[in-house]
Amino acid sequence: MKKLIYLIAILATTLALAGVASAQAALPANDPIPQSSLITPEQLNQSLNTAHKPLILNVGPRSMYTQAHVPGAEYMGAGSSDAGQQKLRDRVKSLPKNAAIVVYCGCCPWGHCPNMHPAYQVLHSLGFTNVKAVYIANDFGTDWVNKGLPVAKGE
Amino acid sequence: MSSKRILIYGIVALCLLGLYVAGRRTAQKPRPTASGNAAPEFSVTDIDGKKLSLSDYRGKVILLDFWATWCTPCRAEIPHFVEMQQKYGPQGFQVVGISMDDDAKPVKEFYRQFNMNYPVAVGDDKLAQSFGGVLGLPVNFIIDREGRIHAKYLGATDVSVIDKAVSALLANP
Repeated sequence: MKKLIYLIAILATTLALAGVASAQAALPANDPIPQSSLITPEQLNQSLNTAHKPLILNVGPRSMYTQAHVPGAEYMGAGSSDAGQQKLRDRVKSLPKNAAIVVYCGCCPWGHCPNMHPAYQVLHSLGFTNVKAVYIANDFGTDWVNKGLPVAKGE
Repeated sequence: MSSKRILIYGIVALCLLGLYVAGRRTAQKPRPTASGNAAPEFSVTDIDGKKLSLSDYRGKVILLDFWATWCTPCRAEIPHFVEMQQKYGPQGFQVVGISMDDDAKPVKEFYRQFNMNYPVAVGDDKLAQSFGGVLGLPVNFIIDREGRIHAKYLGATDVSVIDKAVSALLANP
């Protein structure tokens, strides 16, 4: 009986660890953006209802922003483009360096997104210390809209 | 309740939790969605200034590709779609590209660079919404000869899966 319990315990631990590892895979390791600066879509959603809502900046393509975006998010342009990066600099230039800023894109799977890292880098290089990047694993449709999180449409 | 029984229940609960979490992650992977609905008609101007209507290709099997020049998985698919157009075109197959770039300039450059052999237009949010929204790229639709959506693929998809679906439709005229 004891052997059986040990066997089941090993199996259970393995399965539980697999589950936990799988859940942790939600945040990427060795990403150019440090893990401490990444937040999940759910965490961003929670912050929408707080008294001190962060400044939310969309750094993706316009056509996707106009279809659906996080309520209150401002459109900056693609983080990979010079125009997008300049608009980002202009938008934050009067803000204190500890301002809470959240950037997100969701144009394509995280590992392929051309916008997030440059946008984060612009803010980081300007000395902002409270910048969060929303880790959208697949895309905005899958990881935000289809999860029933709130959206706004249009410009 | 004996301590042994509590231990066993605890272990079983852990097993189920692990399987549940792992299962949820697996379930979020992109997968094809069959529809059967009529594909929405649209009429746009392609990057060469010509009129491009979906109805122009009625009777053909269509691969409608929502993509963008800045989208890495989309870029990887394009050479395969060029190849498919060449291979299956004579059998009644047509690729139609809808770029979600903000303007046509990079699309025109990309079109030349990749020797694209099928019509491409720059889409907008209205066109995207008519296909249920394009809130991530790439998105591919396979449309049958009767104009019905046969399959929808979200995210980077193994091109052999798309090829197989197209060739199966072409085999049933």
